[in-house]
Amino acid sequence: MNTTPRVAAASSPRARVLTPIYIALSLVPIYWLIGMSLKTNEEILGAFSLVPRAPTLANYVTIFTDPDWSHGYVSSMTYVTINTVLSVAVALPAAYAFSRYRFLGDKHLFFWLLTNRMSPPAVFLLPFFQLYSTLGLFDTPWAVALAHTLFTVPLAVWILEGFMSAVPRELDETAYVDGYSFPRFFLRVFLPLIRSGVGVTAFFCFMFSWVELLLARTLTSVDAKPIAATMTRTVSAAGMDWGVLSAAGVLTILPGAIVIWFVRNYIAKGFAMGRV
Amino acid sequence: MEKPTNQRAWFLVLPVLCVVALSAVIPLMTVVNYSVQDILGPEQRLFVGLEWYRKVLRDPELHGALLRQLVFSGAALAIEIPLGVALALGMPQKGLRASACLVLLALPLLIPWNVVGTIWQVFARSDIGLGGVLVNAAGVPYNYTAHAFDAWITVLAMDVWHWTPLVALLAYAGLRSIPPAFYQAARIDGASSWAVFRYIELPKLRGVLTIAVLLRFMDSFMIYTEPFVLTGGGPGNATTFLSQYLTRLAVGQFDLGPAAAFSLIYFLVILLFSYVFHTAMNAADAGRSSR
Repeated sequence: MNTTPRVAAASSPRARVLTPIYIALSLVPIYWLIGMSLKTNEEILGAFSLVPRAPTLANYVTIFTDPDWSHGYVSSMTYVTINTVLSVAVALPAAYAFSRYRFLGDKHLFFWLLTNRMSPPAVFLLPFFQLYSTLGLFDTPWAVALAHTLFTVPLAVWILEGFMSAVPRELDETAYVDGYSFPRFFLRVFLPLIRSGVGVTAFFCFMFSWVELLLARTLTSVDAKPIAATMTRTVSAAGMDWGVLSAAGVLTILPGAIVIWFVRNYIAKGFAMGRV
Repeated sequence: MEKPTNQRAWFLVLPVLCVVALSAVIPLMTVVNYSVQDILGPEQRLFVGLEWYRKVLRDPELHGALLRQLVFSGAALAIEIPLGVALALGMPQKGLRASACLVLLALPLLIPWNVVGTIWQVFARSDIGLGGVLVNAAGVPYNYTAHAFDAWITVLAMDVWHWTPLVALLAYAGLRSIPPAFYQAARIDGASSWAVFRYIELPKLRGVLTIAVLLRFMDSFMIYTEPFVLTGGGPGNATTFLSQYLTRLAVGQFDLGPAAAFSLIYFLVILLFSYVFHTAMNAADAGRSSR
């Protein structure tokens, strides 16, 4: 990546001020959530204060002492991981095919894959429920992971195809002339070249699987219940427990914040190589 | 250089097809099946042809939801695309500040959607939320649980907060791919910053912006979880969008036939719009490679 500073960026001073202000404003709702998670319900409902007067970790203690919560965390992580690995694994060869070869119906197939990214999850709610119940997958992480491939696989193919097309095709041909077999070339030469693309793809699969709830909640009941669904249930059982609700919200933001820190240098680069 | 034709490439696509068969093809066929039958019991089904489609297309509630959906998606695109580009233009170029900005900017994208609803629920409430209290303190009567207009503004603000970062990230990536030589040339020519934006940056952004519009259109058209948590579709039906209405029909009232017919119409509408965008994107791609 070229890191030479831009010589004369078009952005006016006004735009340079806008971005930090926007970011600061966009953090205010998150600040409020964190603030509420440190207050007792009496303080939340009784007195309006910008900063918690008597910060307490009681809400977090409530969550950590309840095994339902840790269980929810583990099951969320399980299906997100299965989904990410599965999506990237099946998307890699397909993206290579789309990027390197012409074949019968390739354009139609590519567009058809994308249409799956466009189908509202609500449409598939009932069929998924029936299908996975019949297959005995209901209430397992596999049901959610497979259901989420509905939108992660097309996305993975799309992003990877962009990365692969940025690698000149002459490289493949030279390697084949040098006697590399396809699997060996793909794993030893090609994959290392596009590893940032694989990282970006995995990140997007993680992201879209982690934030989706409608399917995840419908396809699980007890054993594989995701963290975010545990949240809605606990809250409705305890009335409106704003403090615990906020603390749970803060805890679900954390994994995303951690993951994004690791891929921060690749997101923009990935987009740039992928589809510009 | 042309791509070589190789029919064996189908074998490489096979794994994807197997997975997608399980996650998309079979479920979609089930929906088609439902949409032409009246399911009376486990073994009792009646073929009703296009009856459900007629019923759904005449449903005034559906018309209302569709209209609200179109207005909502239009408003979201109109705000998020220009704002996202402006944010990308103002991003620091490199170093720790750029990293920090990227991470903080992208944070809302990584929050589970129901938590996004929760955040805005506790933020916008006029009794305990900072946002709601501030707006009221400024002398504007505001209560999103009671007034349709306030609920609309809140849902829209939430969507802008949630998704503008995606547009900004895409546009930022597009800007990073512009070679510095372009800017040097512009400076030598004495181009104004508006001219640099209009003739260098905007054309280079066309590809990413098409993707941004496509993604934002599809996702805003399918929005479900966030307004469900925030307003539950209310007050009244004021923020009931298509997915909400569909879920109510399918899971709430268990009207499988109409829900399935509605699903297919819904899907076709998105498909139609997306096909138009996709064609436009291909045209942009073709224009780029011929330059």
